[in-house]
Amino acid sequence: MFVWTVLLIVLMAVIAYWAGRTHAAGLVTAGGARLHSLPSYHGLFTAAGAMIGGLALAIAGALVFGAQSFFTPVAAVLGAAIGAAPLYARSSLDFRARNNFERIVLVLLIACSGVAILTTIGIVFSVLFETLVFFRSVSPIEFLFGTHWSPTGTPASFGFIPLLAGTLLITVIAIAVAGPLGLFSAIFMAEYASPRLRTFLKPVLEILAGIPTVVLGFFAALTVAPLIRGSGEAMGFSVASESALAAGLVMGMMIVPLISSLSDDIINAVPQTLRDGSYAMGATKSETIKKVVLPAALPGIVSAFMLAISRAVGETMIVVMAAGLAANLTANPLAAVTTITVQIATLLVGDQEFDSPKTLSAFALGFVLFFFTLVLNYIALRIVQKYREQYD
Amino acid sequence: MNAPVHHQTLVTPAHPKALASGQFKVTARDVDVYYGEKQAIKDLSIDIPDRSVSAFIGPSGCGKSTFLRCINRMNDTIPTCRVTGDIKVDGNDIYDPNIDVVQLRAKVGMVFQKPNPFPKSIYENVAYGPRIHGLATNKTELDEIVEKSLRKAGLWEEVKDRLQHPGTGLSGGQQQRLCIARAIAVNPEVILMDEPCSALDPIATARIEELIDELRQNYCIVIVTHSMQQAARVSQLTAFFHLGTLVEYGDTDEMFTAPQEKRTQDYITGRFG
Ligand SMILES: Nc1ncnc2c1ncn2[C@@H]1O[C@H](COP(=O)(O)OP(=O)(O)O)[C@@H](O)[C@H]1O
Ligand SMILES: [Mg+2]
Repeated sequence: MFVWTVLLIVLMAVIAYWAGRTHAAGLVTAGGARLHSLPSYHGLFTAAGAMIGGLALAIAGALVFGAQSFFTPVAAVLGAAIGAAPLYARSSLDFRARNNFERIVLVLLIACSGVAILTTIGIVFSVLFETLVFFRSVSPIEFLFGTHWSPTGTPASFGFIPLLAGTLLITVIAIAVAGPLGLFSAIFMAEYASPRLRTFLKPVLEILAGIPTVVLGFFAALTVAPLIRGSGEAMGFSVASESALAAGLVMGMMIVPLISSLSDDIINAVPQTLRDGSYAMGATKSETIKKVVLPAALPGIVSAFMLAISRAVGETMIVVMAAGLAANLTANPLAAVTTITVQIATLLVGDQEFDSPKTLSAFALGFVLFFFTLVLNYIALRIVQKYREQYD
Repeated sequence: MNAPVHHQTLVTPAHPKALASGQFKVTARDVDVYYGEKQAIKDLSIDIPDRSVSAFIGPSGCGKSTFLRCINRMNDTIPTCRVTGDIKVDGNDIYDPNIDVVQLRAKVGMVFQKPNPFPKSIYENVAYGPRIHGLATNKTELDEIVEKSLRKAGLWEEVKDRLQHPGTGLSGGQQQRLCIARAIAVNPEVILMDEPCSALDPIATARIEELIDELRQNYCIVIVTHSMQQAARVSQLTAFFHLGTLVEYGDTDEMFTAPQEKRTQDYITGRFG
């Protein structure tokens, strides 16, 4: 019935379009009276009425008779007719169908963005409320400053500092890998590579961005981690089988394309006239890149880094597989650590009682994580805005 | 590369002062320029005297910018561009493999059509060249170079209190004078200007023209312009380009009153262009 309802509404809209259009076109007399709007706008306007009326009565019908009822599509057709009829009747030579249709489009666009914004706000508030419930059983001080995390222990402890430290450690490793690699490959692509090489390289790098993180995750766990362990122990270090370094390295590879692709676009957006100005002063290519192009592109590059960082902070799969679950408070990249996202995932996997502090702590972690990436994105945005008008 | 001089194609200006001293700053013989397969300059020869303003005029697409960019080898930055023939500055072949492009561009400065200050402070814009070429050993010397260059470009009084402000915050005319100051800062001997006023309003244009007239005392200036009035106002010598060839090069006043060539006459009187 659902499919039928949708099809019928579309059909009614098409009929309304055709009817509105023909009607308007028929108004034009041989004497030369002109329509204010083109006939197709009258058609679109009528069709919009059919859509809105049809949808409204279909929803009402589904609520009253049930979605499976035969009456729902009937209500939809009826609604479409009721919606279209007055609009059809309104069309006249000087009816401003074009302006009215534009208004309908505007309302539609506002409604769509409204849904997106409301959803975001809804998520934030639901997380916030659960977080407040969590803070009834565990004090915020203990949560924010405690250095021991063991939600399933007896007694359970909820100090999130080790998770924060683990997250930061892995993020720092990832950026240390991806920053130079991404930036230098962006400089190569934008400034040195021939156009042909560039059109080949860029998609190849972007394929790397398309690898699902779960694949990167088992690559990290099964290939990189043992490799690091083997070579580390050969040099006499003690290396955990799951290490922050393994997760960080692979996460770095994951964000290389993000940094390189964004930076490449940003470097390309630096006007050629600036480079010409520098060359004409006798500067060499590398001087020009170092002293003119990169400073001009800096705000954009910084924001690319910020985006990459917030991507790394939010990444879960690689870390679950490669860095382990042990909430160690350490700065040693060879030790196993865990991150905020990993803990959220493990806390909510399986059957859970919904009101235990253990489950609720996931919301608190989620809220902190959200706040963290929000701040990063805000900083990135501000940097970009501040320097945006720099060229010309 | 000592090409024989073709007297048919060589256009020498009838400029009394320059001829008297016998000094030509820039000389070109049989220059051809190609973009890929397409020839943009055909068999061009010219002698440009020092301490004068030469204007390049002609319909757009006739190769004025292309030839201008040969004189400081800016065409090197265009991968498809190929230059043959012989171009000398002060008698030195600038396409000689041994020549250092960095040195050449310090000697032959350039100002572009659209003002292109770097997104740096006014001070840093002017200090850019001297820093690259190591012209100042300390901050005081650099300060002096910056002030001197800005004074020569007639911008000092307007910006002396805001040297640390971004150069991009200036008005269009000020930006163009900043670019001239930036070029002057490395002590060039030749200054190439490619339609330096085409993005400016009439008042800013007048200011730049005045400046060009002052700079003539010390530099060899070559300016591309699409305005014949401007050529008449600022230049002593005018070169008329058409379809990649140099049709005529000579005294500006004579060129505008009694051109040698019919094509020049047609262009000046607005019959094509
Ligand atoms: N970068 C380039 N690549 C290919 N062709 C070019 C390039 N620059 C200029 N040309 C061509 O060379 C010819 C001369 O151009 P240009 O020197 O810019 O003319 P003008 O400055 O007199 O208007 C034109 O036909 C133009 O299309
Ligand atoms: Mg040009």
